[in-house]
Amino acid sequence: MASDANQGIGERLTEAGFRPASANTFPKLLRFQARTRPDRAASREKIYGIWQSWTWKEVADNVRDLACGLHVLGVKRGDKVAIVGDNRPRLYWTFVALQALGGVPVPVYQDSIAEEMRFVFDHAEVRFAVAEDQEQVDKLIEIRARCPRLEHVVYEDPRGLRHYDHAQLSAYEQVQERGRAFAAANPAFFDAEVDTGKGGDVAVMLYTSGTTGQPKGCMLSFDNLIVTAENAARFDKVTAADEVLAYLPMAWVGDHVYSFAEGYVAGFCVACPESGATVLNDLRELGPTYFFAPPRIFENLLTTVMIRMEDAGALKRRMFKFFVAVARRSGSRIMDKKPVPLLDRVLYRLGDLLVYGPLKNTLGFSRVRLCYTAGEAIGPDMFEFYRSLGLNMKQLYGMTEASVFIAMQPDGEVKRDTVGKPAPGVEIRIADGGEVLFKSPGVFQEYFKNPQATAETKTPDGWVHTGDAGYFDQDGQLKIIDRAKDVGKLKDGALFAPKYIENKLKFFPYIREAVAFGDGRDHVCAFINIDMQAVGDWAERRNIPYGSYQELAAQPEVYALIKSNLEEVNRDLAHDPHMTSSQIARFLILPKELDADDGELTRTRKVRRRFIGERYGILVDALFSDRNEEELKMEIRFEDGRVGSLSGRVRIENAARFPVPGEGAGPQRLKAA
Amino acid sequence: MQRSRPVGDVLLHVDDISLSFGGVQALSGVSFDIRRHEIRAIIGPNGAGKSSMLNVINGFYHPQQGTITFMGQTRKQMRPHEAAAQGIARTFQNIALFRGMSTLDNIMTGRLLKMRRGLFLQALRLGPADREEIEHRAAVERIIDFLEIQSIRKVPVGRLPYGLQKRVELGRALAAEPTLLLLDEPMAGMNVEEKEDMCRFILDVNDEFGTTIVLIEHDMGVVMDLSDRVLVLDYGRKIADGAPDAVRQDRRVIDAYLGVSH
Repeated sequence: MASDANQGIGERLTEAGFRPASANTFPKLLRFQARTRPDRAASREKIYGIWQSWTWKEVADNVRDLACGLHVLGVKRGDKVAIVGDNRPRLYWTFVALQALGGVPVPVYQDSIAEEMRFVFDHAEVRFAVAEDQEQVDKLIEIRARCPRLEHVVYEDPRGLRHYDHAQLSAYEQVQERGRAFAAANPAFFDAEVDTGKGGDVAVMLYTSGTTGQPKGCMLSFDNLIVTAENAARFDKVTAADEVLAYLPMAWVGDHVYSFAEGYVAGFCVACPESGATVLNDLRELGPTYFFAPPRIFENLLTTVMIRMEDAGALKRRMFKFFVAVARRSGSRIMDKKPVPLLDRVLYRLGDLLVYGPLKNTLGFSRVRLCYTAGEAIGPDMFEFYRSLGLNMKQLYGMTEASVFIAMQPDGEVKRDTVGKPAPGVEIRIADGGEVLFKSPGVFQEYFKNPQATAETKTPDGWVHTGDAGYFDQDGQLKIIDRAKDVGKLKDGALFAPKYIENKLKFFPYIREAVAFGDGRDHVCAFINIDMQAVGDWAERRNIPYGSYQELAAQPEVYALIKSNLEEVNRDLAHDPHMTSSQIARFLILPKELDADDGELTRTRKVRRRFIGERYGILVDALFSDRNEEELKMEIRFEDGRVGSLSGRVRIENAARFPVPGEGAGPQRLKAA
Repeated sequence: MQRSRPVGDVLLHVDDISLSFGGVQALSGVSFDIRRHEIRAIIGPNGAGKSSMLNVINGFYHPQQGTITFMGQTRKQMRPHEAAAQGIARTFQNIALFRGMSTLDNIMTGRLLKMRRGLFLQALRLGPADREEIEHRAAVERIIDFLEIQSIRKVPVGRLPYGLQKRVELGRALAAEPTLLLLDEPMAGMNVEEKEDMCRFILDVNDEFGTTIVLIEHDMGVVMDLSDRVLVLDYGRKIADGAPDAVRQDRRVIDAYLGVSH
């Protein structure tokens, strides 16, 4: 140990400055936090309408009692123990109690049906489970007959469980009580167990859903999680004064790192919502400083605001409209410290007082100094809206196999369509096919009982295949464009990422679906499905008559409207040297809406590109020829199962393509369309 | 499922009750009893006198004939507030909540009879009144937690969907910590999921608090699942009384429900 001790804890801290190197497991980190900040709040939960807090010291005591109780119950080193329930402080403590004993916690999605749960329990060889309430206990009882290894279930909330057979069931508090008695009789036991843990031990096993096949049990070590969390916390200057609300599923790696690992490393307080339905309220009452959500949550928040705004009085509505326009113009420029006209600066200040401040307060974002969105592409309007209010919204890219962080956006370098620079300690490499590979301290140990999948994902020298295709832009930020297996190449060798182009198109309200073609071709062409509602309204306002989708789709005005959208996308693509070849040369508007009943979409509304390419083969051929029209005749299936036919002429139009700005015609010379 | 409190002695005895409005005979010579901790259903076709029976029990209607013995006290007439003070609470067929007030405040009104401090102290929030308020709020929060309505704690009741309003009404009745709870069609107009929730709450109330429950309900499935004993009324008369299975087989009950050609 170093002799130049600091912070009064008698040991030098690691480079990131959060913990002594010897605190290399969560139980040891808890001991460290309980010693350095015993009276600071560590967990919060609303009970009977009032927020209750537990200090680090109290959490440490609770964890010790629970661990000893679980030991009495028979939990042994290496045992897998499932944790099932909503975010609850007691369930988070269970992670640490298990880890102290050398057990491996396996959080399970609380909304899984019994059969999905059975697979995980069976595969992970779960011996014990800690469940939240009667609902979860019922599911476990249902699967117990087919999971003979499952011996005992501990539940947190006793409501409704009083009359259950308690031969294989115990209440959380009872387990703690037994643990307290055991700890009193064996005072050295707990600390000795904690000391046995090593940084390389498996800390947690997270099952990844995987789009195909059965879920895989991804094993992460203490070193993986703690080093990654520490790097991220330092990157974003997270401190013990921060506060988060843990509301995302506990079985998801994002929650595990953001509201568990980072909290233990930085020593901040993690609050749990009262129930799933109260999250928005709780957010407002707590005012977290650090917030993490998938785009869908931000979308819901924005919709709620907009609907409430519609009901507001005329004066408020006008004020809202005016200041939102000011914010859109200057908000994010002010945040990024870029030049802004003085008048706008003043107006923005005023807007903050009258609109943005109260709005952020309503949303619970008053104290947020940092918020991340990840998981899927976020709409440009929405992203800009939140940033313009002065919210430091950033994007990151990560996955379970990396203990989350692969790339993150640094403050002041936020872009809408990238996911940031390599996170601290992470190396990123782009393979020949465009696939993103990474190497980091967070790289998972292995998939439990699945060496084949492990070998397919992780190379012997430690690189991990993400399965995503991407590239670095001019500023050195990573851009994820599509799943690697869907990415093709144009004839000139440029990457062709259909989903990337389609997503860009679908951000326009008038475009409902888009299908891009281009693999092995000279240029990119696209099928468009217009949004009947949006385009219909648009047409009505312009007195354009139509009787059906087919008729509306064939209107020359509608073609012009869609063409202007396409050209906007093309102009945007021209800015990106990797993507400029993917500008859309020709397009058509399909005479019918793509439909899951016809097999054109999956039930979750994803386009089945190959199937559509075959079904509309003549149209694809026409797109890549120089014809301006094509006759289409095909069968369609109505909702009631009847089969009808559709015929008509489909027009094909060209869209303007643009050169790379500032480079004249650019390296890839484009034919003017 | 076994229950924590077995059905006990007679809590309420209804003896030979007759009630008429002008020439309409709503109830004629009805007698039955309700035992402690049981769930007792009253069923019957429309206009059979079910709601009238509840109104007689909680003192809203005064029968022309017959007596009611509640917890050993026999009475002929009682006012609704006296019934409430004795520990009888009810919900209504048509929801009767304060629509402009929040869920929390509505349930708080159910604590009214438990408030001991006068208006003056309460208005000024003086020491004892303040302590009392905190006590009542804690009781209300336990009910909110019990009925899982945390997310609508501060929402005005008028903005809530029907199923939730019913739940709030149950919460208000529970706030009085009643010995006997009268539920008038607690599941009318609900969808299957809301019905299942409500069933679970009724069973839980009975089990956790030991509350004796009388319910009027039309959904036979619900009645058969929930109740210990079923009383069947038709044209103001008792036509059957007994365990759900026995009642279901009863010829007169089947006739009353399906109609019979005379």
